[in-house]
Amino acid sequence: MSYLEYNTRQMPAGLRKVLYLNWPLVALLIMVACYGFVMLYSIAGGSLTPWAEPQMKRFGIGLVLMFVVAFTPLWFWRSIAGLAYIITLLLLLGVEFFGTVGMGAKRWLVIGPLRLQPSELAKITTIMALAVYYDWLDLKKVSHPLAVIGATLIALVPVLLVLRQPDLGTAMLIAAGGGVVVFAAGVHWGYFAALIGSAIAVVTAVLQSRGTEWQLLKDYQYRRIDAFLDPTLDPLGAGYHINQSMIALGSGGWSGRGFMEGTQARLNFLPEKHTDFIFTTLAEEFGFVGASSLLLLYLMICALCLLTVLRTTNRFGALLVMGVVGNFFLYFAVNMAMVMGLAPVVGVPLPMVSYGGSAMMVLLIGFGLVQSAHIHRARLPS
Amino acid sequence: MKRTDREKELSRRTISRRALVFGTMQLGLASGMLWRLRDMQLNQSEQFRLLAEENRINLRLLPPIRGLILDRNGVILAGNEQNYRVVIKRDDAGDIDLVLSRLAQLIPLTEEDIERARRDMLRNRPFVPVTVAERLSWEEISRVAANAPALPGVTPEMGMSRHYPLRADTAHVVGYVGPVSERDLEALDSPDPVLFIPRFQIGKSGVERMQEDRLRGRAGSQRVEVNSVGRVMRELDRVEGTPGSNVHLTIDARLQNFALERLKGQSAAAVVMDVSNGDILALASGPSFDPNLFVRGISSRDFNELLNNDYRPLVNKTVQGMYPPGSTFKMVTALAALDAGVTDGRETVFCPGHMDISGHRFHCWRRGGHGRVGMVSALSESCDVYFYEMSQRCGIDKINEMSTRLGLGIRYDLPITSVAAGLNPTRDWKQANRGAAWRVGDTVNASIGQGFVLTTPLQLAVMTARLATNKAVLPRLVRDPLDRGNQELAQLDLRPEWLRLIRQGMNQTVNDRRGTAYSSRVVADGQVMAGKTGTSQVFSISRAERESGIRRQEQLPWNRRNHALFVNYAPLDNPRIAVSVVVEHGGGGSSAAAPIGRDIMLAALNEGMPPLSAYPAPQRNRIQFELDEMRERLHRPEDLRLSRA
Repeated sequence: MSYLEYNTRQMPAGLRKVLYLNWPLVALLIMVACYGFVMLYSIAGGSLTPWAEPQMKRFGIGLVLMFVVAFTPLWFWRSIAGLAYIITLLLLLGVEFFGTVGMGAKRWLVIGPLRLQPSELAKITTIMALAVYYDWLDLKKVSHPLAVIGATLIALVPVLLVLRQPDLGTAMLIAAGGGVVVFAAGVHWGYFAALIGSAIAVVTAVLQSRGTEWQLLKDYQYRRIDAFLDPTLDPLGAGYHINQSMIALGSGGWSGRGFMEGTQARLNFLPEKHTDFIFTTLAEEFGFVGASSLLLLYLMICALCLLTVLRTTNRFGALLVMGVVGNFFLYFAVNMAMVMGLAPVVGVPLPMVSYGGSAMMVLLIGFGLVQSAHIHRARLPS
Repeated sequence: MKRTDREKELSRRTISRRALVFGTMQLGLASGMLWRLRDMQLNQSEQFRLLAEENRINLRLLPPIRGLILDRNGVILAGNEQNYRVVIKRDDAGDIDLVLSRLAQLIPLTEEDIERARRDMLRNRPFVPVTVAERLSWEEISRVAANAPALPGVTPEMGMSRHYPLRADTAHVVGYVGPVSERDLEALDSPDPVLFIPRFQIGKSGVERMQEDRLRGRAGSQRVEVNSVGRVMRELDRVEGTPGSNVHLTIDARLQNFALERLKGQSAAAVVMDVSNGDILALASGPSFDPNLFVRGISSRDFNELLNNDYRPLVNKTVQGMYPPGSTFKMVTALAALDAGVTDGRETVFCPGHMDISGHRFHCWRRGGHGRVGMVSALSESCDVYFYEMSQRCGIDKINEMSTRLGLGIRYDLPITSVAAGLNPTRDWKQANRGAAWRVGDTVNASIGQGFVLTTPLQLAVMTARLATNKAVLPRLVRDPLDRGNQELAQLDLRPEWLRLIRQGMNQTVNDRRGTAYSSRVVADGQVMAGKTGTSQVFSISRAERESGIRRQEQLPWNRRNHALFVNYAPLDNPRIAVSVVVEHGGGGSSAAAPIGRDIMLAALNEGMPPLSAYPAPQRNRIQFELDEMRERLHRPEDLRLSRA
């Protein structure tokens, strides 16, 4: 899409854009964020500090940011996509050489007063880059091996840079977002079959490489895999997190133990209870009702986004939204599966709910792009 | 790039189709998660809730406060002392070695302490607190508290520990407590759970051990909510335990103190008994030891010192020590003869200094002989020949019977450890243990308390009390607080005329110019005592020694000298107190044991300190000097802390 395609008669402009905003989506996002505020308040023992209040402020800023992104014409985002992608790669390289170390990983880049986490940025820019790539690519060549290799490279470079930090969770999310864009663009099924096949091969390789010189993952990551496969193996060691998480979740029952009554969280049996394991606390205090309703809200967000995809003829916009949804879905799915003991413990927070500023900003920017694609969608001839 | 409408439509279709596939996949995965949630939260929630409760609730035992052991006047013999200790938790401490080395700069810690703390920490789970040091002073504990920021994981705590304020005085009676050992647990069928509390202490000897059930009390319990590192967040509920009951002893702490001090420098034992009810007022075995050392965990050096001491401080000689009673046994032989009707007590026997019996010559202690002696003078001058004669007339069976009647050879049921029975030899006993028939020489030896006869100082005190009262006095060490009255004592039914003779003999022993204990007489009105000395041979002076010029006891090495004994009761006309004294290898009963018996008797009659006026005038200067010196060593009245109860 270029400016020439921008049909002023079809596209809303100025303040009229507010009316065309996907308001149900905004409402759902606010509701999900409220779940987060309530839980952060509860975990702090009934206090706005240290988590709930900063989280609210960030959400407010993020919401404003989302509106700004949403009202910016989609073609603008299309034209800066390539540049944004290249800048992201440079920042990731910067992390590699000048990054600050925290929690056993090099993730942050400190430039003056700013603390950047380029891996978060990469989630969005990789999607944008792939969406532009497929918008540019001849439809007939989409499944051409060279084209597929090109797309794979675009996705793989940031993934590998993030993996080196190491940040397995974020790397997975970037790959998932990219993968969904490639899938939506119409690449032949065969490639995905091959991918799944090779994924199995990689998993085998990763497990086989353990203890050898070319070991692919860190020891603690292997221990997490072990713990995932059998949490009871070492209830006080690596399996501790999963065991305690499942105890908390299961003990919630139908309606939970009540607001601020969760013993597992309050007594510190849960690790990372305000970030990665916040869903467990929710499930403990509000039970099946609380946990499943959050899951449904997430699904409704995905559904609204997919609806936008179905209602636009704009290829860039549709692919962009698909990427954001793919990223978002995997985000909460991996987190929930992890605390339920269905997936290994990877450091993936619960989107919009877990405490953490930069992840939420990036998510809201992503939804800003979804909104932009929604407002500026090329409408079907009615 | 510019696309044709057909291409646009194709693109839209592809994306729509794939979006729907993707949406379906999402729905599938979400359903899977929802199913899992349902399964965990609805089907298995009970099970998980149970696990959560197990996580958070911890049952703790509250050790009961141990009962006190008090003397007859309520003076605390065994009490509980608050003590400050330092505990450390591994997971809070981080670098254990660093923290311990910092701690060692603040409080006295030996290498051994540090090593033990480290071992305990590694053996336990990381959040279990381990005691590093106990019994710290207030100053030391405040130093630790003030430096808390530099000592992560270290907490000062307060606990109770057993304390024996009179230290060595009652060590043999009260005993001591110590940590529960594997052996202690094995000995019990269903051990009280409180025994598994780390560092819980139980009675190891003496009254502490024998009255353990009364003293221990019952543990309370406390349900607490703990967090993930085991720290207590709040108490959920609490069942208070029952503190142990106090045990009141018949011992008089001041008299016990005096008796033990009086025995100082000797390996000796003294028993003081209230003849009216058998209450043991003092049970002194010297030298003693400080039981507090055992509570703290005695060092092997200190323990070996106690173990290798020739004077055997760990042995309670009053009930465990068995000695030939020597001449103190002569009352038994005399009564046996009277009981057998072989003498009327007034006839006299000629003592030439020896008696030949079945080809063997038995000597009297006085080589020159006593001349003609009756029963009274035979007792007061301790003529051996008289009793050789009487014992041959009445035989060992009668002697044995009288000995038992007077309380010898009986194991008394006192709540202290290792009470010995002594030995009343009989014909059967000799046959069984020595494989030989009883011979008349054995009877003759037994008649003067030699040969096979063995008694404990406690038994000698019982015998003296029985002679003084004609009642079957039984020793008593624990007073039931509900029963403050005297126990009903059975009559001994010895004929009064017999006892008059015996008592006259014991009176003259002390108060007649020719009596063996004349130099230990008491002259104060109403405190005059009667008694009997005894000197029992441990080894006889060998021919070789005699030829090398050794004639006297003092020339022999200590452990071959004779035991010195003395038993007495007072006042003469209305006996209240009986005392027995044994000085191991002390030499002669009249010189080594009688003065001790007299002083302890006077202390018992005069509430703690003998009055100078009770001694014969010529002795007073010397005695005053001795008493003054002793007074310095005794506990001051303010040292005797009374229980508030």
